[in-house]
Amino acid sequence: MTNRWIDAALGVLLLLTLPFLLQGVIIKTKAFFGGRSGPPLLQPYYDFFKLLRKQMVLSRTTSWVFLAGPAISLTAILGASLLLPLGGRSAPIHFAGDLVLFAYLLALSRFFTAAAALDTGSSFEGMGAARELTFAALAEPALFLGLLALVKATGSMELSGLLGHAIAPVWSTAAATLVLVAAGLFVVVLAENSRIPVDDPNTHLELTMIHEVMVLDHSGPALGLIHYGAALKFFAMTSIIARLVVPVSTESILFNWSVFVAAMIGLAVVVGVVESVMARLQLVLVPNLLIGAGMLTGLALVLLFMR
Amino acid sequence: MISLILIGAAAGFAGISGMLSLLLPRRSRDQFFAACMVLSGAVGTAVSLFLLVSGQTLAYESPWLLPIGRFAVRLDSLSAFFLVPVFLVPSLAALFGSSYWKEEEHRSSAGFLRIAFGLLAAGMAGVLLAQDGVLLLIAWEIMALSAFFAIAAGGAGAEVRSAAWVYLVATHVGTLSLVGCFTLLSAVTGSFDLVPLASGVGTGRELSWLFVLGLVGFGLKAGIMPLHVWLPGAHANAPSHVSAVLSGVMLKIGVYGVIRICWMLPSEPLWKSWLLIGLGAGSAVLALLFALGQHDYKRLLAYSSIENIGILITGLGLAHLGHAMGRPILTLLGLAGALLHVWNHALFKSLLFFIAGTTLHATGTRRLNALGGLGKKMPKTAAVAAIACLAAAALPPLNGFVSEWLLYRAVLGDWTASPGGAGLPLAVAVLAIALAGALAIAVFIRFFGTAFLGQERTESAAAAHDPSRGMLAPMVILTGLCLGIGLLPAGALWMAARGSAFWIGSDGVAALAATPALWTMTAIGIGLLALAATWFAVLRNPARSSAPSRPGTWGCGYARPSARMQYGESSLAQSLIGLVRGIVLPRRKLPSLAGPFPASSAFETDTPDVVLDRAMLPAFGWVARGLTRFRQMHRGRGRVQVQILYLVVGLLLLLAFASKGEG
Repeated sequence: MTNRWIDAALGVLLLLTLPFLLQGVIIKTKAFFGGRSGPPLLQPYYDFFKLLRKQMVLSRTTSWVFLAGPAISLTAILGASLLLPLGGRSAPIHFAGDLVLFAYLLALSRFFTAAAALDTGSSFEGMGAARELTFAALAEPALFLGLLALVKATGSMELSGLLGHAIAPVWSTAAATLVLVAAGLFVVVLAENSRIPVDDPNTHLELTMIHEVMVLDHSGPALGLIHYGAALKFFAMTSIIARLVVPVSTESILFNWSVFVAAMIGLAVVVGVVESVMARLQLVLVPNLLIGAGMLTGLALVLLFMR
Repeated sequence: MISLILIGAAAGFAGISGMLSLLLPRRSRDQFFAACMVLSGAVGTAVSLFLLVSGQTLAYESPWLLPIGRFAVRLDSLSAFFLVPVFLVPSLAALFGSSYWKEEEHRSSAGFLRIAFGLLAAGMAGVLLAQDGVLLLIAWEIMALSAFFAIAAGGAGAEVRSAAWVYLVATHVGTLSLVGCFTLLSAVTGSFDLVPLASGVGTGRELSWLFVLGLVGFGLKAGIMPLHVWLPGAHANAPSHVSAVLSGVMLKIGVYGVIRICWMLPSEPLWKSWLLIGLGAGSAVLALLFALGQHDYKRLLAYSSIENIGILITGLGLAHLGHAMGRPILTLLGLAGALLHVWNHALFKSLLFFIAGTTLHATGTRRLNALGGLGKKMPKTAAVAAIACLAAAALPPLNGFVSEWLLYRAVLGDWTASPGGAGLPLAVAVLAIALAGALAIAVFIRFFGTAFLGQERTESAAAAHDPSRGMLAPMVILTGLCLGIGLLPAGALWMAARGSAFWIGSDGVAALAATPALWTMTAIGIGLLALAATWFAVLRNPARSSAPSRPGTWGCGYARPSARMQYGESSLAQSLIGLVRGIVLPRRKLPSLAGPFPASSAFETDTPDVVLDRAMLPAFGWVARGLTRFRQMHRGRGRVQVQILYLVVGLLLLLAFASKGEG
């Protein structure tokens, strides 16, 4: 019982502190590939605290939605992350059917990000909102098919079961389907978190922006909260893949959590490598990529039913 | 017994209150009518809730003067469940209408609109109470015809007339199908009673025909695709408080009919359940694809209604499948989710149509691309609209999410319970609801973002103002109910469980009530709301923002952005429509640029309804032209005599066919 409390406390602690470290790891990996030494590893933390100290500049076109956007978006992602069994045993909050709540809380954060973008009355932000809504509509079936495949494979309806204690035995019986699910969900992670090949987080060109462009007019603490929300969303979605690929769930809390942190940093390095060796896809080809990811996870689901 | 009399009296009083209002002087007619409807609505809602909670089934019958059928009234848990929105929404709509469609502003139409409105409410209640097929058809016709007059009150223009006619034709095709269904029912069972058929009654073919005729008849009223052709035009052109009742409640009467047909007939064979799931899933996704292309925000809301009906029918199909295959989890959760969605949709869709009415009243235009920046001109409406759009997009912690969650839970529970069952094809239902959810977010960001956010695009948007208290009060009540159901899903499921008692019995109700997950969702909902409010208060703190003068939007360096440069509703939907242009078939009129000095030209896009404008109307036109040519073949050559000859020959052929059938 105390183990559960320690698990929950460690989970919340990591949730609050680790996301920016992953962003730093990705930046360092890309710098390594670029032959640079790059900014310090903890730079995202410094940026976040600097932004919290600054004042905001609010446009007269915006209304309460502009500030409600970052607030509700961050809250929704935080709520979704509390449903994930990061340490391998059980999440701080879990109940049967919570995977649907997870997906819909991410959708809630997307609604308010798009609303805050449209609130500025600028065509640039509207363009980002339009692209975001289109690609999210295509990524949602892929995410749901992946989660459904995991439900069928593990026989559990909770994320704490799907990604917790029940996933490790599935590797010995249906490893191929788990590889397909992991591949499909990896593409969804890249798409939802504005990573190459779907979006370039470092660019400020109209041709290439999706997520960066929606937050152009935010500044100060609002921008800090947005960066934190984005980092947290990346952390949450990558942790699904980490739990899939490294489903360690032993009795030793220290071992579980060390392996989890190592897996997350490893996945951040992988994302950094993917971003460095690939170019961004043409926007008209992104729907093909997302539908392809949906087909991978759908194939995994069909394979599970044919066993 | 007293409850039955009260419900009947409430419905009857609502029916005649429109006519009663004509007895008063002009200036007090609106208030009197609203007061009558609110009174009957309050009594009806209270008694229905009481009957739902107590779980009784009431019945009454007496002979009557017609040669067929009898006056048989029944109020079981399903009727009580549907009676709650049937009494609640029209009373709130009448309250809204007393400020929205005032006698002084609409001298010619307000009077008969009130009469039609009252009769519509009474007709709907009558359909829910009828146990006899003939009585149901009488109430059905009262409801359908008063809806026609209510839609036609929307104006004198060609668009309103065309929408009303299409509605009238569609509803009578549905009534014809229902007449066929009930006639076949009386041939099979010997009476028009709408009770479950005893086992062994009727052959397989007769039962299949009963199912199909009932589905077509009730499905035309519910708006299942491809029988939805009347819906967008009727809901867009009717006065907004009438649209709220049509979308929020009248569609549900069609769904009630489909549920009754499913309950009356045996659940095998399985193709019936798969037909329901397939039609529901298809409606849900396709309707939103059409909603993405609409330039008129009331048509957008109408297509969103079709999507929600699709989700309802999918849930009903899941329950039907569970009943046929003996999988209790599917039946319990599928039916409870579908019934709860009936209430949820009635609440948030009528709220959305009230918001549309307020916007129309304030700006005078139905074009979404003419609005913008209404959030600053109509702050209270915008706040209510934000919550309504969240509910319609099925996002937590509001009520739309709870019913969809129950449907997901039904499929997940079936897959993880004992092996067997329907298996993989159920993934179609889940996928359709998931895709519909993602598309609904796009549709409602399109609605909310274009209308209420950004800068105003035209003069009419700049002149907007918040509505009066009479229009605001019903919206606030509905918002409160949406939030309440969203934050208390356990209570909502309890009510839905009591509503499904007619099919699953009391053990089913007990099994449903033991779903502990819902209290966790309440806690999460309240926690998230509190956390978001805290962050919001922190950010809003004036010390955090800079100097008092607020500059224009920076937008990465655009020095002078204009309102027309903003992304509007067509821009937001362009990529998605482009992806599905093979299904949605949008019409584009490209500008014609001829010669070295071209004249001014325009670019237009339009998304007509594929089934109506590209299939049915051309087909009807082709048939009409052929028949007109045939009719004109004998012009000037003794035409009347030849047509009488055709009639006689046709009659002889029919007699020969009929006697051959008997012999």
